[in-house]
Amino acid sequence: MGFLSGIGRATLVFLAATGRLALFTARALSHCVRPPYYPRLLLQQMREIGYNSLPVVGLTALFTGMVLALQSYTGFARFNASSAIATVVVLSITRELGPVMAGLMVAGRVGAAMAAEIGTMRVTEQVDALTTLSTNPFKYLVAPRLLAGTLMLPCLVLVADIIGVFGGYVVSIYRLGFNPAAYLTSTAQYLETIDVVSGLAKAAAFGFIIALMGCYNGYHSKGGAQGVGAATTHAVVSASIMILMINYLLTGLFFS
Amino acid sequence: MSTVSPQSATPKIELVGVKKAFGPKKVLDGVDLSVAKGESFVIIGGSGTGKSVMLKSILGLLRPDAGTIKVDGEETTHIGGRARDRVMTKFGMLFQGGALFDSLPVWQNVAFGLIQGQGMKRAQAREIAIEKLAAVGLGPDVANLSPAELSGGMQKRVSLARAIATTPEIIFFDEPTTGLDPIMADVINDLIVKCVRDLGATALTITHDMASARKISDRIGMLYQGKLIWQGPTDAIDDSGNAYVDQFIHGRADGPIQMQVKLG
Repeated sequence: MGFLSGIGRATLVFLAATGRLALFTARALSHCVRPPYYPRLLLQQMREIGYNSLPVVGLTALFTGMVLALQSYTGFARFNASSAIATVVVLSITRELGPVMAGLMVAGRVGAAMAAEIGTMRVTEQVDALTTLSTNPFKYLVAPRLLAGTLMLPCLVLVADIIGVFGGYVVSIYRLGFNPAAYLTSTAQYLETIDVVSGLAKAAAFGFIIALMGCYNGYHSKGGAQGVGAATTHAVVSASIMILMINYLLTGLFFS
Repeated sequence: MSTVSPQSATPKIELVGVKKAFGPKKVLDGVDLSVAKGESFVIIGGSGTGKSVMLKSILGLLRPDAGTIKVDGEETTHIGGRARDRVMTKFGMLFQGGALFDSLPVWQNVAFGLIQGQGMKRAQAREIAIEKLAAVGLGPDVANLSPAELSGGMQKRVSLARAIATTPEIIFFDEPTTGLDPIMADVINDLIVKCVRDLGATALTITHDMASARKISDRIGMLYQGKLIWQGPTDAIDDSGNAYVDQFIHGRADGPIQMQVKLG
């Protein structure tokens, strides 16, 4: 009986949390499209999410591309299929690894920062202060971050794609001894528009999720430093899990 | 405050039977309150008696479970959207911890309501912010500092400047002297009296600092167990005839108010 009531309680908690998140999302989206707008804040967030994340995303993509080429070679060489490495690298990077790795890295960097900043504002009554100063916290804090996340992740992933492919190229040419012209030809030969576009569409969805979870957890943080710490952890963990789940769903949608 | 408030037929703020509970804990249990236009009303009471919840309910930051709240005779208990935005333009608030935006310099904190709330040009808003900072005894040299670079007393002053920057009709003060030394607390009290008088605003303050309460109020009310158990003119508080009020204003451990303290 205790076991069943435990399951029931957990289900109710899950449904309540899902409902709260759905209401938060609907409210946030409605404020994204209704004036007043805060272009200065939007640009500030675009710089924070996009430009300031470039080093970490670029390095991640570079080493991912390099490792991918190396691992593919050790596997494919057994079957005399090493000529397929360029295609494997470019498709893996553009379709999956570029958006997913960038999403996870940005979730750790930006999602945590958003939750910590808004959470601190919540527990120090700065969010309440916004309301008393005739400023809607959803418009001022949440909407710019959601828009910036959704717009900047595809830009980051485009850069990550190029750097990742470049990483694979460097390893293939300078370590594995491939012919540069043949490698580039193979890279371009099997790459289709949908491969890149699907990756960018995933990136937009991941950017939205990262910002949403950062804002949602920060906005609902309670207590003091411990509450903000918990909100930060929840933001990163929930965003990371949702990125992996939605990646599967979108992959099924684009390529099934 | 020593000046007698001008009375008006419609109260500036009116609460009737306001109730608010968090789970099984009743925080407000039928609060009735009426504050006239231009009056300075102070609510005293121990920690956790619902003072801040009452202020936040009036501001619409919390929604009461029952009862009505009126501002200028207009029911505001359940309004939202633009109607709430319009009502909020009447309010200014000084928060207990200052609640200054640490990502913005001091002048932008003070000018925030003017720039974001009223759409004023930044240059003009900056001039007004400097004026308001001067009104609370701070020079233009602090305008570009970050709130983190200010002492607690200076942060309270900046917060007061922000609360009065939009020339509000109603100002709320949440524990304005908490955490300050006695001299700085008195400075803040003087500034509150001056600012409220200059603006002709209605003031509602919550505090457990009796020196502050006596100095800034026309009337005082005591909140205990979610109810306003006594209210009257400031001069009458020493002769309230209420054992709870007597115990509180004299700060005695013995009396009808029992603190739950676990020793050992």
